[in-house]
Amino acid sequence: MKYKLHVNGKKRSVDVAPMKRLLDTLREELALTGTKEGCGEGECGACTVLVDGAPVNSCLVPTCQADGCDVQTVEGLARAGGKQAARLHRLQRAFLDNGAAQCGICTPGMLMAALALPRGASLEQIREGLAGNLCRCTGYMKIYDAVAQFLGGERA
Amino acid sequence: MSKKKRRGSRAGGGKRDSGKRDSRTRDTGKRDSGTRDSRTRDGNTRGELRTVGHNVVRAEGVEKVTGAARYIDDLRFDGMLFGATLRSTIAAGRIVGIDRDPAFDWSGFTFVDHRDIAAPGKNVVAMITEDQPFLAVDRVRHQAEPIALVAHADRARLADGLAHVTVRYEAEKPQLDFESAATVLKELAIRRGDVDAVFARAGVTVVEGTYRTGAQEQLYIECNGVIAMPGAANPDDGGVTVYGSMQCPYYVVRALRVLTGLDTDKVRVVQTTTGGGFGGKEEYPSILAGHAVLLARKSGRPVKMVYERHEDLVATTKRHPSIIRHRTALAKDGTILAIDIDLRLDGGAYVTLSPVVLSRAAIHATGPYRADAVRIRGRVVMTNTPPNGAFRGFGAPQSQFAAEVHMDRIAGQLALDPIELRKKNLFRTGDVTATGQQLKDSVAAHDVLDRALARHALVTRDRSSAKPAKKGDAIVQPHNGAARGTGVALFFHGSGFTGGGEVKLASRAGIALTRDGVRLLVGSTEIGQGTRTMHAQIVAESLEIPYECVETADPDTAKVPDSGPTVASRTCMVVGKILQRAAARLRAELGEYDDEKSFKKRARWLLAERGTVEIIEEYEKPGDIVWNDETYEGDAYGAYAWGCNIADVEIDPITYQERCTQFTTANDIGKAIHPILAEGQIEGGTLQGIGWALYEEVVMRDGKMQNASLTNYIIPTTLDTPPIAVEIVEHPYGNGPFGAKGVGECPIDGPAAAIVNAIRAATGKRLDAVPATAERIMKLITGGEART
Repeated sequence: MKYKLHVNGKKRSVDVAPMKRLLDTLREELALTGTKEGCGEGECGACTVLVDGAPVNSCLVPTCQADGCDVQTVEGLARAGGKQAARLHRLQRAFLDNGAAQCGICTPGMLMAALALPRGASLEQIREGLAGNLCRCTGYMKIYDAVAQFLGGERA
Repeated sequence: MSKKKRRGSRAGGGKRDSGKRDSRTRDTGKRDSGTRDSRTRDGNTRGELRTVGHNVVRAEGVEKVTGAARYIDDLRFDGMLFGATLRSTIAAGRIVGIDRDPAFDWSGFTFVDHRDIAAPGKNVVAMITEDQPFLAVDRVRHQAEPIALVAHADRARLADGLAHVTVRYEAEKPQLDFESAATVLKELAIRRGDVDAVFARAGVTVVEGTYRTGAQEQLYIECNGVIAMPGAANPDDGGVTVYGSMQCPYYVVRALRVLTGLDTDKVRVVQTTTGGGFGGKEEYPSILAGHAVLLARKSGRPVKMVYERHEDLVATTKRHPSIIRHRTALAKDGTILAIDIDLRLDGGAYVTLSPVVLSRAAIHATGPYRADAVRIRGRVVMTNTPPNGAFRGFGAPQSQFAAEVHMDRIAGQLALDPIELRKKNLFRTGDVTATGQQLKDSVAAHDVLDRALARHALVTRDRSSAKPAKKGDAIVQPHNGAARGTGVALFFHGSGFTGGGEVKLASRAGIALTRDGVRLLVGSTEIGQGTRTMHAQIVAESLEIPYECVETADPDTAKVPDSGPTVASRTCMVVGKILQRAAARLRAELGEYDDEKSFKKRARWLLAERGTVEIIEEYEKPGDIVWNDETYEGDAYGAYAWGCNIADVEIDPITYQERCTQFTTANDIGKAIHPILAEGQIEGGTLQGIGWALYEEVVMRDGKMQNASLTNYIIPTTLDTPPIAVEIVEHPYGNGPFGAKGVGECPIDGPAAAIVNAIRAATGKRLDAVPATAERIMKLITGGEART
């Protein structure tokens, strides 16, 4: 089946089985491997992307459900040529400055989940908002620091 | 981005540092004195450390925050197949036959079983003992043991292929309980003084206790995975290349050499960006790489094998469960006179690294306390469960859990204050450990206790909602608010391999000169802990060049020397020191330079002179370390890291759900090369310890993990995580780079005991086991009856 997705501001069309996971469509059809798989059952949040602005576990979303939707992935954050630190999104910069990325496998999902949080979010709101994203390296403290710095809120 | 701007960002890091003091207090006065000491020792000529001790930008950070970093599952090669594993469905028995359904269309499939491993190759995973096959031959010893492999270009067809292979077994009765297991994989004893004579003395108080800990899954968020392809230097050279998520590329090289019979230069292993390890990618990747290599060699194609979470959980190693018995003889005033410990670990079905885990567990079993008479007997036994293996802490979290919960039992029995009891017995400089090691340098047990207590008083005053109850006062009052308690734990952790281990490893690491700086040639892996950044800082500081002038070679065994495994809290202290020595030699060869510009001029001159400039150094044992592996006596480790944890918990009176409300940790690591990375290690290790203490339970039935998914194997989420207050303490170690010791493992040694001691303070009842799940707490309080 053919589906139209609006991925990181670009129109993309894919021809996949309706139930193909959005995660696999992004990684395999569109070569956007920044979005990671950690569990395949919606528990770890490593595959978090924004669909029409809302954070979802892309391992639980069939591609057909995202048809016609706006999809944002980690690759869309930095400006083009995004390998250079100068063009990083402010949230990415905050993750770097605060040591919020260690092994980095949860980082893309964590970034996308944090993007959906309101400006000035309290520490409690940050904890609540990231509760669906597991990190095994950091103990979360540095992630709170980074997200709070980005949102201009209270630090851990 | 210009060089100038980058240097600016480093200065910014320094600025941030000062801002950080409010939220994460670090005693800067202390740090400065450490800096002075290390400067003198390292012979640095300028007035201050410019890179070490500063929060430089993480070496591979940009790739990780942009999604550009390539993990194993992000890689694809032309013609690549996907592999899958057929695993045992019984815990013990004989294999009578492996039958492939003749009616099934096998075209496009590659099938491998033990018959595909031919001389000079050997069907044995080379580790300590050659007892574990890559693929089972005529018997299986545990559930999920690999028996056969299939590969296909279409990942979706693998399950179909596996479903058409039948293994016929003659099942045997498995030994699943490790307390009654009779087969001993390894036994050891540590003896100091005459323990029996002290226990027989009149007037001594004897306190006994038995403690249990459960298995724990490392739960790196990236599952184990590799890609194997034919060819080492080129596709037709008969060799093999493996890309993969791993901690120890040279362990994999050795395992593949034995499996294939190929020479070392025909086996190339490349570590890809690795999404967490924690020990879980120390030995296991050797097996997985072997499987992928068998399929790649048979099919002549690249083969990717990446586990899904369920398979990773049922098949790979866990932390060893333990039962530890303590018997302590004390004087009336609480002075420890003799310690007698018996510890038993569940090794699972094969030896893997269990003897070394046992050794580290035993050496740390007294906790950081002195006694003139010590006897520690340890054994690791075989059961028909998947092999247990390396996990951050490597036996020390288990044995120090027992030691620290036992200290609270002693305090209770002698009616002494638990802090005073600890202070009376804690190691001081000059004291002697169980193995007879005199502690000469960098002993911080008292300091971490004082610093943790002071910090805890501060944070709990600030957080009135988490105000702890007075120790032992609070008893669970049904329907009358939460019960609260505070617990403490002290611990230590030896950095590097035990005893003569580092000498045997003979690790090598070095530096290559480039036109614009240097390239590190090091086999240590970046697995999230910051290896690349920290090593680059050590070398930049030693050469007195900007951090940005240091790059790191790919972790490819064709390009970098064997720096030993990335384990055992050795990568900074041991490998960092080797790099520091290489830098000193390079500096001598470069001659005089006084800034970046003149350094580059000298570098280009030397390169023009010699073509290439590579300096490789090998580990050198500090002269004062003496160890006897036969008697288990001597200097077990060059240096120890020290820690103190204080946990506040509350327990819901209706559901018995316990919650850690505040966690304070003081950790002596010698020198924080990169304070933010070091804090990250401490916070992350602490939270893994809290998870082990409260939530993480591997439920086994018939020798198989029953809760093999993230839905019901629970690791802490943000909402389960208490505020973690970190105090970094810096007692420099003379033989570490800039005074640094190990940091990675020590933080996980304490949390479980601190939390269980806090539960005792909250409830008045003693739980001698982890995980302390709500079910266990309910049983503890009600005696097993659910209250109505």
